[in-house]
Amino acid sequence: MLVQRAAILVPGWPSSPQLPPARSSILLRPETRAVESLRPARHWLVVVCAGLAGCTSPQSALDPAGAEAQSVATLFWVMLVGAVVIWVAVIGLSVFATKIRPGAYGEKAGLRLIVWGGCVFPVVVLTALLVWGLQMMPVLRAEANGPTIAVSAERFWWRVAYGVEGEPGVAKSLPEGGVPSANEIWLPAGLRSEFLIGSPDVIHSLWIPSIAGKMDAIPGRVNRLVVEPTKPGVYNGVCAEFCGDAHAQMALRVVVVSPEEYEAYVARQGEPASVGADDEGYRRFMENGCDACHTVRGTAADGMVGPDLTHLASRRTIAAGTLPMSLENLASFVGFTHRVKPGVQMPSYGMLAEDEITAIAGWLETLK
Amino acid sequence: MAIGNKTRDNLWTLITAPTIWGVHFLLCYGSVAYGCAPNENIFQTISGFRIFVGGLTAVALAAIGFVFMRALGEWRRNGGRIPHEEDSIEVRERFLEFSTVLLAGLSFIAVIYTALPAAMMVDCR
Repeated sequence: MLVQRAAILVPGWPSSPQLPPARSSILLRPETRAVESLRPARHWLVVVCAGLAGCTSPQSALDPAGAEAQSVATLFWVMLVGAVVIWVAVIGLSVFATKIRPGAYGEKAGLRLIVWGGCVFPVVVLTALLVWGLQMMPVLRAEANGPTIAVSAERFWWRVAYGVEGEPGVAKSLPEGGVPSANEIWLPAGLRSEFLIGSPDVIHSLWIPSIAGKMDAIPGRVNRLVVEPTKPGVYNGVCAEFCGDAHAQMALRVVVVSPEEYEAYVARQGEPASVGADDEGYRRFMENGCDACHTVRGTAADGMVGPDLTHLASRRTIAAGTLPMSLENLASFVGFTHRVKPGVQMPSYGMLAEDEITAIAGWLETLK
Repeated sequence: MAIGNKTRDNLWTLITAPTIWGVHFLLCYGSVAYGCAPNENIFQTISGFRIFVGGLTAVALAAIGFVFMRALGEWRRNGGRIPHEEDSIEVRERFLEFSTVLLAGLSFIAVIYTALPAAMMVDCR
């Protein structure tokens, strides 16, 4: 699809339609001239449509799927239209004053324009915008009526715990407990869920553009973000505060489903892994010390450093949104960890034999 | 020595209004932050602090209004005219008065903007 879009925009792209060579419009019949004169307009239309299509994505604040994103998008469009109107008026006035009727008004009229147009008008507009923005805030931060989810921003992935009990505040860390997961957050549509956001070491920021605004994850305090997703779907979240080497590869998927599906999902995530412990891949996993960092509930692996892998294969991506979930990608992440995600804290296991890596990846893929 | 009026303007009279704005800002945000710390009960109301901010705002606006009216009155009564570009003590005085008027106007609006959140927020969220 990207290639198709590029083909429309890039002239000379292999698959783009061949246009006839340009000819002087004077030599053409009137109706042909009319069509010819429409061409630039049509080109513009294609560019504008393609540009607007870029606003529609699972990671666009201009394609809202949540109450807060909707408010932000409305604010943005109102301010954009207002800015365009003001820009046109200012440029129009300057053209009028310098080109059309220079010297038509005296210095006094100019001063009056500056006082009314440059002082009074902006004060009124900014006050209206400030009041509008302020009255949105209590509504967007209203009490949650959905689940409380702890999100710990780690280097460089997201530790998630569903159904925790705790409060925000300073000089504290995230509450313990809940159903652990990582790098994918499910949310019930139509309910206000509360994120409790923290970090063990450096500052990050959780941003799911389609659903809500950003909230920083700051060590030593618990921040609160209430999100109200309105449209079921799969959206992207990112780390929006530079946090280190793999900052750009610290993403997550947000899956918005019905409240019933959400309950069923969390119940599934709470179950231990349903795999046999006599598996070859599991043996290799334990032999090579993967359990020092990773937990697979239902087995002896109980490390707390890295992401919980109990239901790894039920997620859509691996390495915090870096690669789609597949056997090949699991194998390449285990074998070439730093090539896939430079700066990641997990060591590369490229020293293992290929069949060993394949066995581990194969076992991980059974962790549905 | 006053030049054509009661108050001799200087840098201190010039920055009076922005200083009131700064102190008002500090007290507004500082007091509510103190009241809400450590921000564990986010739905705790801040009624007392809102009344305090309201009173403080009224005092700040009155003080800035006084500075504004004083400087504007003296500038007008003594025939102030822009631009103030002559090299004389008299014109320097008018320039300081006019600058004081502009800064007081800016500070007045800024104090209102500082107080608006307290007018619309009811709790520690």
